[in-house]
Amino acid sequence: MYRPLLASRVRGQLAYPLSFGLDVLAQGIGQAIELVVILVLFGRVTSLGGFSADEVLLIYALAGISFGLADLVVGQLDELPRWIRTGELDVLMVRPLPVLAQLVTADLQLRRLGRVLVGVAVLAVVLTRAPIAWSPLTVVLLVVTPLVGAVIIGAIWVATCAVSFWVIEGRELANAFTYGSSLSTAYPLTVFAPWLRRLLTFVVPAAFVAYYPVLAILGRPDPLGLPAGVRYAAPLVAVAAVAVAALIWRAAVRHYQGAGS
Amino acid sequence: MIVHAEGLRREFVLGRRRMLRRTPPGGRRRVAAVDGIDLRIDAGEAVGFLGPNGAGKSTTIKMLTGILVPTAGQLRVCGLDPVTQRRELARRIGVVFGQRSGLWWDLPLADSFALVRAIHRVPEAAYRARLDRCVDVLGLSEFLATPVRQLSLGQRMRGEITAALLHAPPLLVLDEPTVGLDLVSKERLRAFLREVNAQDGVTVLLTTHDLPDVERLCRRVVVIDRGRVVADSDLDALRTRFAGPRELVVDLVTPAPELDGLDGLPGVTGTAAEAGGLRRRFAFGPETSAASLVAEVARRAEIRDITVLEPSIEDVVRTFYGAPRPAG
Repeated sequence: MYRPLLASRVRGQLAYPLSFGLDVLAQGIGQAIELVVILVLFGRVTSLGGFSADEVLLIYALAGISFGLADLVVGQLDELPRWIRTGELDVLMVRPLPVLAQLVTADLQLRRLGRVLVGVAVLAVVLTRAPIAWSPLTVVLLVVTPLVGAVIIGAIWVATCAVSFWVIEGRELANAFTYGSSLSTAYPLTVFAPWLRRLLTFVVPAAFVAYYPVLAILGRPDPLGLPAGVRYAAPLVAVAAVAVAALIWRAAVRHYQGAGS
Repeated sequence: MIVHAEGLRREFVLGRRRMLRRTPPGGRRRVAAVDGIDLRIDAGEAVGFLGPNGAGKSTTIKMLTGILVPTAGQLRVCGLDPVTQRRELARRIGVVFGQRSGLWWDLPLADSFALVRAIHRVPEAAYRARLDRCVDVLGLSEFLATPVRQLSLGQRMRGEITAALLHAPPLLVLDEPTVGLDLVSKERLRAFLREVNAQDGVTVLLTTHDLPDVERLCRRVVVIDRGRVVADSDLDALRTRFAGPRELVVDLVTPAPELDGLDGLPGVTGTAAEAGGLRRRFAFGPETSAASLVAEVARRAEIRDITVLEPSIEDVVRTFYGAPRPAG
């Protein structure tokens, strides 16, 4: 039942192909800037946190695809403060559908595919160069990782955007997590300070988006000594993240105060 | 029983978060917007929910519809708990907010209806029948293909009410549905809502500032003020007991000294002249109709324009208290 609505949104965007193309390009460039940063870094060093350029780019590519997919699906939550401030959220709450699903399907910004496209392109190049431990399991991991990663990032966003129900202008905090997650997922965990590594593994599980799965894809043990199974734990982490996000979201909606009249 | 509320209460935390107008000096503080409301509404009733701004009307409506969680009290709507069964409740109620739109801004009205149909999974035949009736009675046909954002307020409200009725809810909740509408549009909506209530047996709960809304639609009136029910009674009883006089304002072509006295104007309790006698005001009680008064005036002077001022709901509430509301 969300389909006719989304179809109408998409039609509107494709009505002006040139402007749509430029939007996609702009998103792609946004993603590619980090690529440039990584390439510049490796012009000066040969390894980053113990990882070669191709290995880091593998993390970057998978994280980028995850981020792009998550942005495509739950990116609409950016608009949540406006829904709350204007009281338009009331309208969603008197429909027999989950509020979150309605918010997320209120629009579908296809231009966000720009990030995904850049990620896929980098991945295609890196797969031919990186020292991958090819096996059927590796193939499965390469396919599943961006999807599971998108779920994890999406769950983190939902949980942090829910802050808007308490502090309407909580967008800055939410943005720190949303765009921060783009940064923190794209690099090997080893480059971060120990406290941040623990945070990104155990609290905000950004390290499971790409870093741990890539360890498995490369056939490398965890340099920080966590058990080998952790490298395959992303799907479980995703399930847990979704459960926690759902609890936080539910509490947030219950806390909704309405807006004026 | 469609609505059953007991001791319903909702507090807001004031201060810092800009919920209400003024930030209290002593930091944050809890204020009850709804302070212990008891309400029972039976199926088929038409109830007008009245009260001045900030009385707690909208907050109550939002609790009844599952938007806000009550701080305390018991509440069942259509036999459901609005908090834990919000989505099921949404299938059984139609909600219209005068100040917001349940339609899709950039889609044609007809497409909005189709989406509502999909959301509520209304069978095609039932959808057709309900929509055709609304299109017919509310005169929607000429703007069905118009994007909602291009509709006039009156057209949009007709669309909103149609959208709220497409899933045939047993309870229709309207929060200030006639706000900002012109007289003709108001009258048209009222007539339709009355029909929906009388013929289809839909329970109607309506908040408004507009006394004629209630007069045309509701047999029962609940007045709330400062979060409490201050009157819950038959409309006629409430009006004869509490409402002040109505006022007829007449603009004349030439000043008419023969209107100085009140002789032959039954029920008129006072008169005043303005604009050098070109405008006359007559206060009159419930025993006189505006029409008969206009006829009397027209016999004595040539009328250019007339207006009838109804006592505002604020007046009704104030009369009920017999004292002005404390400031703030």
